[in-house]
Amino acid sequence: MLIHMRKILKNIPIIKAIRTTGLNRQRGVGICFLLPSLLGICWFVLFPFADVVRRSFLSATGTHLTGLENYKVVLSNEAFRLAAGNTARFFLVCVPLLLVFSLGLAAMLHHIPRHTGVFKTLFLIPMAVPVASIVLLWRTLFNDQGLINGWIVGLGGSGISFMGSSTAFSVLVGSYIWKNLGYDVILWLAGLVGIPESQYDAAKVDGAGAIRIFWHITLPNLFPSLYTILVLSLINAFKVFREAYLVAGNYPHESIYLLQHLFNNWFRELSMDKLYAAAVMVALAVLVLILILRRIFDNEG
Amino acid sequence: MRLRIRQNLLTCIPLLLSMAVWLPLAFLVSGSLSGKQEISELLGPSLISGKEGYADWNLFPQYPTLRSYVELLLDSPEFFVMFWNSLWLTAGSLVGQLLVALPAAWWFARAGTRFGRWLFTAYIILMIMPFQVTMVSNYFALNTAGLLDTHWSIVLPMTFSTFPVYIMYRFFKAIPQSMIEAAQIDGASNFQIFFHIGLPLGKAGIASAMVLGFLEYWNLIEQPMTFLKTKSRWPLSLFLPEVSAANLGILFAASVIILFPSILVFLFGQEYLEKGLAGSGVKE
Repeated sequence: MLIHMRKILKNIPIIKAIRTTGLNRQRGVGICFLLPSLLGICWFVLFPFADVVRRSFLSATGTHLTGLENYKVVLSNEAFRLAAGNTARFFLVCVPLLLVFSLGLAAMLHHIPRHTGVFKTLFLIPMAVPVASIVLLWRTLFNDQGLINGWIVGLGGSGISFMGSSTAFSVLVGSYIWKNLGYDVILWLAGLVGIPESQYDAAKVDGAGAIRIFWHITLPNLFPSLYTILVLSLINAFKVFREAYLVAGNYPHESIYLLQHLFNNWFRELSMDKLYAAAVMVALAVLVLILILRRIFDNEG
Repeated sequence: MRLRIRQNLLTCIPLLLSMAVWLPLAFLVSGSLSGKQEISELLGPSLISGKEGYADWNLFPQYPTLRSYVELLLDSPEFFVMFWNSLWLTAGSLVGQLLVALPAAWWFARAGTRFGRWLFTAYIILMIMPFQVTMVSNYFALNTAGLLDTHWSIVLPMTFSTFPVYIMYRFFKAIPQSMIEAAQIDGASNFQIFFHIGLPLGKAGIASAMVLGFLEYWNLIEQPMTFLKTKSRWPLSLFLPEVSAANLGILFAASVIILFPSILVFLFGQEYLEKGLAGSGVKE
């Protein structure tokens, strides 16, 4: 009876299709390994996001279709422009800076193999330091009457309003680099270790100098690692909101008012119609960015 | 000789840079060991409003004392509540990931179908999406399920996070196919292969996902801020904004205590942490 049932089931087209695409136990592993994760993601992210997309085309009350009205409102919204511009600017400044610094440091550590371990530990520690712990330090350092201004005035200069002026942006970039330097150094080191020694030897035999070796052997070999390092640095760049929020609250200086602040504030004010459209646009922007990056690295890497 | 000088020079630069790491930690520890009077005189100008002058700092407190810790641990019940909240949110998320992300990673590493590869790309894209994009979606799902303002509103979305899938996948993928085929020929079932080959050989991957997860979830800010209205359910990461700046000693003691579990996990798990990071740095 049971065997008979199985035979019938096997012949139902959709089940047949699943079995022949390789989800059966002979070729792969049981789909039941994946299902909990896939169903959870559908329930928590994908289905509700589809709903968000639908609602982004509706009026605030959700009763009638307004087309692109919400998108127009968001795009002409001054706060959105400011936040989107700041976020883009932040990414364009902090990610390249971090990549260059961490590569330089990784290359240095790579040349002192005896001490690499100690330094790895040291530079990774900031990654483990919770924002909530370190925020007191940022406040003390960068307050108008803080440590740094104290030193500046002590040396005869005049104080800078770090968090109340556009220097806040640099402070944020600095704290991002502080936190993620070790993370990226480890990633670069993994790439550096993978470069075959024979290539270096060959270049040395040919009489190439350190700079030329770095430029023509090290960098091209590191190129495949760059994609993942870039992606992970981007993910971490979004998290810098934590520092910004704990140091400066919901409404920081306008130079560090990021999309994350805006989303939070709209969420608190229940401006859902704007939030839907903005979420869809940010998702699209991130998606396009990833696709472009994949494209670049698939062609060359 | 020239080589030695160069080596020493090369060691000096990272050594100087590393000051940026241990000085902040020294700052927190010395702050937490300073007396009330001393710390409010030194740092008051920058952390308490309405004080004249500029902040100052001593590497070693003049009269070291544990009073701030005693005060924090005896007189602030809300700190304990938040500590347990943090612990439960972190542990819950990690256990959830073991149950959900771990088998999923195994499936992705072993299935090797076109559907699997396509879906994995989708997982990576989801991994990169910032919280703000999925915030509204999560909110709907949690609202429908009646889970808002409960700890489940943090733990469940974390359980289905795709980041640990990505990390563990790398390690499972490194298990040679021939090994699994051998087990299959011996008649092992999928579950037997998973438990007797996958788990033992993928141990490092699982550990690195857990270490990375711990550091991340001990540090949650956006999620509890959005999904938890009741302050008694908040985790430690939101403790600081809640306490008035008047008692600086307590703030410093709290900072050190919040830091402690993270540093502990970091020191014990550093090997796995590095493996996890390094493993994720190599392109497929």
